[in-house]
Amino acid sequence: MPEPRNGVRIGFYVCHCGHNIASMVDCPAVAAYAATLPNVAVSRDYKYLCSDPGQELIKRDIAELGLSHVVVASCSPLLHEHTFRSATEAGGLNPYCFHMVNIREHDSWVHTDRRLATEKAKALARAGIRRVAHHQPLEMKRVPIHPDVLVVGGGIAGIHAALTLASAGKKVYLVEREPSIGGHMAKFDKTFPTLDCAACILTPKMSAVRSHPNITLWSYSEVVKTDGYVGNYTVTVRRKPRYVIEELCVGCQECIDSCVYKKPMFPDEFNEGLGKRKPIHIPFPQATPQVVLIDPEVCLNFKRGVLTDKCKKTCVEACAERKAIDFNQKEELKEIKVGTIIVATGFQPFDVKRVPQYGYGTYPNVYTALEAERLVNASGPTSGEVVLRDGRHPNAIAIIHCVGSRDRKTNRWCSRVCCMYSMKLAHLLKEHSGAEVYNFYIDIRAPGKGYEEFYDKLNEEGVHFIRGRVGEVTDWAMTPEEEGKLVIRVEDTLAGFVRRIPVDMVVLSTGLEPHSDAQSVRRMFNMSCGTEGFFLERHPKLAPVNTYTDGVFIAGCCQGPRDIPDTVAQAGAAAAEAMALIDRGHIDQEPNTARILADCSGCKSCIPLCPYTAIAFDSATQKAVINEALCKGCGTCVGSCPSGSIIQNLFDDEEVFGEIQGVLADEPN
Amino acid sequence: MNPTDKAAAAGTGTPPAAEWTPRIVAFFCNWCTYTAADLAGVSRLKYSPNVRVIRLMCSGRVDPQFILDALSKGADGVLIGGCHPGDCHYVEGNYKMLRRFRLLRRMLSDMGIEPERVRLEWISAAEGDKVKLVINEMSAQLSALGPLNLPGKAKGWDAELTAEREAVHA
Ligand SMILES: Cc1cc2nc3c(=O)[nH]c(=O)nc-3n(C[C@H](O)[C@H](O)[C@H](O)COP(=O)(O)OP(=O)(O)OC[C@H]3O[C@@H](n4cnc5c(N)ncnc54)[C@H](O)[C@@H]3O)c2cc1C
Ligand code: FES
Repeated sequence: MPEPRNGVRIGFYVCHCGHNIASMVDCPAVAAYAATLPNVAVSRDYKYLCSDPGQELIKRDIAELGLSHVVVASCSPLLHEHTFRSATEAGGLNPYCFHMVNIREHDSWVHTDRRLATEKAKALARAGIRRVAHHQPLEMKRVPIHPDVLVVGGGIAGIHAALTLASAGKKVYLVEREPSIGGHMAKFDKTFPTLDCAACILTPKMSAVRSHPNITLWSYSEVVKTDGYVGNYTVTVRRKPRYVIEELCVGCQECIDSCVYKKPMFPDEFNEGLGKRKPIHIPFPQATPQVVLIDPEVCLNFKRGVLTDKCKKTCVEACAERKAIDFNQKEELKEIKVGTIIVATGFQPFDVKRVPQYGYGTYPNVYTALEAERLVNASGPTSGEVVLRDGRHPNAIAIIHCVGSRDRKTNRWCSRVCCMYSMKLAHLLKEHSGAEVYNFYIDIRAPGKGYEEFYDKLNEEGVHFIRGRVGEVTDWAMTPEEEGKLVIRVEDTLAGFVRRIPVDMVVLSTGLEPHSDAQSVRRMFNMSCGTEGFFLERHPKLAPVNTYTDGVFIAGCCQGPRDIPDTVAQAGAAAAEAMALIDRGHIDQEPNTARILADCSGCKSCIPLCPYTAIAFDSATQKAVINEALCKGCGTCVGSCPSGSIIQNLFDDEEVFGEIQGVLADEPN
Repeated sequence: MNPTDKAAAAGTGTPPAAEWTPRIVAFFCNWCTYTAADLAGVSRLKYSPNVRVIRLMCSGRVDPQFILDALSKGADGVLIGGCHPGDCHYVEGNYKMLRRFRLLRRMLSDMGIEPERVRLEWISAAEGDKVKLVINEMSAQLSALGPLNLPGKAKGWDAELTAEREAVHA
């Protein structure tokens, strides 16, 4: 047993957390055991330490018993370290004279043998008590925060977050990869369950972004590099050439009319390839910014992206004195400084090629949901008329729910919006074509305001609902009625037999999944991804828009599938979190930085190890020096110093050795 | 009383084989592996209770001395958990750890310590199930290997040295 240290009087508190800890760990026994350890002045167990009376108890003990250090054994420090540090401080001690021991997430919740779990709790408590004795008072590090914000992704999430911040007076950079903002929502005709027109509610917000003096909108751009830390990020944005000078283009589109291609003949991305566009084009009528762009892959003035200057350039003629077209435009790199970042990069639809049994790509009249959205859209390629790829009008339409979702072979999760948008499409397709519509579903998931009512409405409208996962879509006719049709083969699990339903058109309700480049975006902003690949929130309930990197927030479908109302709510939350940081004016940083002791031998081995170039060599003293402002507190230099001359606050050798000896000590338990 | 502690307290060094379970000290980085262990808890996954986790900010902070100290104080194995390559919160602390780890393992094998006793794993914040898997696997491997008993061995080495020294002086 170590000798008691002079002047160290530790208060030890073990929390029952209701039954969460107490059911698996004998808390009174842990408290009784801790009371026998050196330096422990008081040891108590309590039902809920994080409650006000629990914190009061600690404060009172500090004052009445003259404690010098506090240890709390309860949940994870990632959850409540702050709470108890504050209580320690309120009791009159330095908040860093505190240590937290995790006996819930790391003990009671993961073990099944009460005796062993209690022993583990005692060992962890012993480690915390030994460690805390070495804790010294420390000061929070204060750094100023840059008030500007970067929003990445201009879907409804990014748009809403940018507008919220801008109207609160913050300067916002909105970076969107595509030529226009709007994201997926811009492609919809109507939105469930209210069936209000998507363009009518989205377009005003898009124009507000364009005209807001506080928003710098960079479309057709991508973030290529992020450096720095909360409050002080340096971000490099690549602006791709659109061969049109944004500031000079007025969006009159005369260049498009006068293009040497008299007819649009290239697949139009915005219409999911269902329509055609010219090499010089604007993605869609409400596109924001209202600036045309040239596709160098197909423009005659280029050959596969390389400028040849061989076209007559009728577009340049049409643009005349405005001189907005610039074939020599190059990509540009812009560097900006921001204090906080909101990532709102959205989702990508599931790739239907992964379920070949549904015939996409084989049968022309099988559509994805997004294609169907464009087909019923008044401003879509057919102006809202439901005409099939073979020119026919459908009499019967099948909508297959959960394509790619809720399936071990593809994506396991429920995509949350497919049931609702399938029903929306059923309503719209029926309205636009008069066809019979069959929905094939596993369960109807309609949890939301007015959602179940929408399902009722569809039932009343005479849309058919058949419960069962579709086996295949085939053109193999078994009866004369099936001739020339697409046949849905499905086990109707309510009727209890296998059915074959002939239709003219099939819509695949594809699920939502993370972007294929989510991993590189995640790295760019130092975030984590969940197992499915969506960006990981700091806490699933209590910090849903925060990430593990301070100052980086997430909003919308990049965090997981959700509908527009939830996306907007989350975007507002992310904006508020960013504002809370900015308006405080500074950031308190953990004082866990490293410093060099006088006995540094000057070997310089730590210098190249620091990823932040925080360590320099002072030739006058022949010793290394750490710039505290640059140090992020990883401790890599400390772990590698051959002479043990570097100290890391809060994770110093003595403290860690104390913990190691504590968990392994041979003291009676 | 922990059976190992009991044996050690009784000064026998080697505890009775039937009661013996391995002791694992784990060093987890704050951002990935510690969070993953929290996730394992929140998900109520169940794993072997003979592991004691020590939180560090980054796996790069793991000083080889921590590992040696743990082994010399009676640990039967040491587990180090960090973020996946490319994912370290501090850019490359995990690579620095990897370098040290490789060197250390060579040294440990020279000392007659089986390589399975010291393990480095990359576990991301989302991989709660991997925490469970690795701990259970390691626990099983160490049970099969039996106690390391480095403190006992060290006593033996000390005795040998003293004997030799005396022989020289004699
Ligand atoms: C077929 C279908 C129908 C739907 N119908 C409805 C409905 O009726 N009602 C409803 O409430 N919800 C509906 N939804 C859900 C709705 O689409 C989402 O809730 C919403 O689009 C989420 O918005 P977001 O901004 O998070 O993502 P997105 O709309 O995906 O926007 C993300 C934006 O970020 C950009 N981006 C991506 N990566 C980068 C990058 N690395 N750098 C810069 N920019 C990037 C993208 O180009 C895009 O503009 C439907 C979904 C589908 C698939
Ligand atoms: S922070 Fe996890 S290994 Fe560096």
